[in-house]
Amino acid sequence: MDLSAFFSPRTMAVVGVSSGNFQHPANVVFAKNRHRYPVEVFPVSPRGGTLQGREVFERVGDIPERIDLAVIAVKADAVPDVLVDCAAAGVGGAAVISGGFTEVGRQDLQDRLAAIAREASMPLIGPNCLGIYVPSRVDTFFLPSERMVKPRRGNVTFVSQSGGILVDVMIRFAQEGVGLARAVSIGNKAVLGEADLLPFLVEDPETRVIAFYIEGFGRDEGRRFVRAARQCGKPVVVLKSGRSPEGSRAVSSHTASLAGDYASFSAALAQYGLLEASTKSELVSFCEVLSAYPRPAVMGNVAIITASGGHGAMAMDACSSYGIPVPTLSGPAQEKIRAALSERVAGIASLGNPVDLTGSAVDDDFAACADALFAMGEVDCVVALLLPYIPGITSDLGSKMSTVASRHGKPLVAYVPQVDKYDMLIEGFELNGVPVSPSIEGAVEMVRALKGNRPC
Amino acid sequence: MLKNLHEIRTIMEAARPEGWVMEPQAKRIFSLAGLDVPRLAVARTAGEASRHGRDIGYPVVAKIVSPKIVHKSDVDGVVVNIPDEGRLLDVFRRFEALDGFAGMLVEEMASGVELIAGAKIDYQFGPMILLGMGGTGVEIYKDVSLRMAPVTERDVPGMVAGLKARALLEGYRGSEPVDIDRLAAAVAAFSELVVELAEDIESIDINPLMCSARRCVAADARIMLK
Repeated sequence: MDLSAFFSPRTMAVVGVSSGNFQHPANVVFAKNRHRYPVEVFPVSPRGGTLQGREVFERVGDIPERIDLAVIAVKADAVPDVLVDCAAAGVGGAAVISGGFTEVGRQDLQDRLAAIAREASMPLIGPNCLGIYVPSRVDTFFLPSERMVKPRRGNVTFVSQSGGILVDVMIRFAQEGVGLARAVSIGNKAVLGEADLLPFLVEDPETRVIAFYIEGFGRDEGRRFVRAARQCGKPVVVLKSGRSPEGSRAVSSHTASLAGDYASFSAALAQYGLLEASTKSELVSFCEVLSAYPRPAVMGNVAIITASGGHGAMAMDACSSYGIPVPTLSGPAQEKIRAALSERVAGIASLGNPVDLTGSAVDDDFAACADALFAMGEVDCVVALLLPYIPGITSDLGSKMSTVASRHGKPLVAYVPQVDKYDMLIEGFELNGVPVSPSIEGAVEMVRALKGNRPC
Repeated sequence: MLKNLHEIRTIMEAARPEGWVMEPQAKRIFSLAGLDVPRLAVARTAGEASRHGRDIGYPVVAKIVSPKIVHKSDVDGVVVNIPDEGRLLDVFRRFEALDGFAGMLVEEMASGVELIAGAKIDYQFGPMILLGMGGTGVEIYKDVSLRMAPVTERDVPGMVAGLKARALLEGYRGSEPVDIDRLAAAVAAFSELVVELAEDIESIDINPLMCSARRCVAADARIMLK
């Protein structure tokens, strides 16, 4: 299905604007798109009049231009009429922001929306959702611009059943420097669900990584979803809520008990090569690393560079719990690294893997060590645990190490404590395409995502 | 498409009032679907029990057949390794007193590693196939692999590799390894049956699926209907 009307509309109708309440969702959406996005916006309300000097149209059909996207924020009972009007006017897509449907038991009303949209072959997102946000293109969120935290433009698309989780994840993306291609809040999924969006996103040139927050699927919808992911050359990350077992519901067979809703969900995801994140922060880590390295990489052995024995040991433990091999380097391999290090560090570093360069190491030791490790056939990925408080590390290290990694074409993942004063070091990595985690475990989770990103 | 589908559906229709297919009929279904099942016969009288015991050859297994008893072990309704006719008739007399007694299943002893093969029709993902370590402890160990159907023979080694106890199938401490090809064929045939019956069933347990170097036998089976 062509969903481009949602992501790059040229014209937009905002239905339900109020003449007196400027915090009304429709007014917020109208104002922000009018002032901040390259889209021509038309306010619509049955009361007519003017809004910010613009004529308010009584119906979508009265607008003299063909409308790509209609954003609908009227009372639930009024939505069907507005949709009929949109369909008659040939609107390219409708986002229904209004609540008051299945979430309050009004299945009948939601079924009417779905029937109208399907009849007209008009794509519909929602109801009970925030709609769409595309950096520098369009924003149907009814959140005032000054309240929103916006990640930079990038290649990750996030689709969420919950608007709240969507906005939270956007905040985390902004904090972690993860770039966003599209954010979609799909709410009650009257027509378009995850399984419908996935084929579009697979073809979408702006999207390299696809992430979902999912509460549940309709009948056989999960099957359709994982099968759509199989066709996909892009990593798909899923965070699922509602994972606890279904209480004490009587189950008559062992299989029914062992293959509960969540067990089946998780198994189907794994079977089709989707990556399941168990927490929101894992989702963000997975998106960050896959955004940097979206292509499936050979992920066998990991080498760890550290300036502290404790950090190396913690990272080893995390690798071991995920079954990520960190093999001891051979004698000749260690000698190659030693030869590349500064004289002072060469004498005291322990090079077995983790490679501990000690607190005496300077920028060039880290870069030279990474260079030597990446050159080894048996090393597929390097995790650098960097402690910016040791005197030899400067804010230049991020770009230096990133350059080394990109020269070798192998993934590098860094851990740097997240404090304002280390921002230049962190940005040196992130602006050069190397993901940085604020925790040791998070850095290893990133490696786990790369390992799980198998070619389909 | 299964060639014996018509007979399979007839058996299922007959079981619909009970809501589940009892063991002898379930085994008939699996046999029609191409799975290996033990030689078996149902005895309704002591005389029949004696004859079936002789025909099948001791030792034998005896199991209660009753539409009222879904979990046979809970009423001590399964006796294995019965060495002779005297013991078989003792068991018969005890079973006769159980709720809903409809006969006693007499069957050959199967040996091997106790696995479970199962199916469940999931609301979100449709038919799911389960393979794991079976026996009465199945819900304690929860050592299972789960896949969306259809499962083909090629998928089965991966399912086995996902089991913690996989070493027990690979010939642990001198025991003979399970014939993985035979197991794979059994699971694939089972999956085909499940896909065919997905509209009519809720779940299936084959527990245990007794697997050895020579056979992979559906030693107990239950089909819960929708």
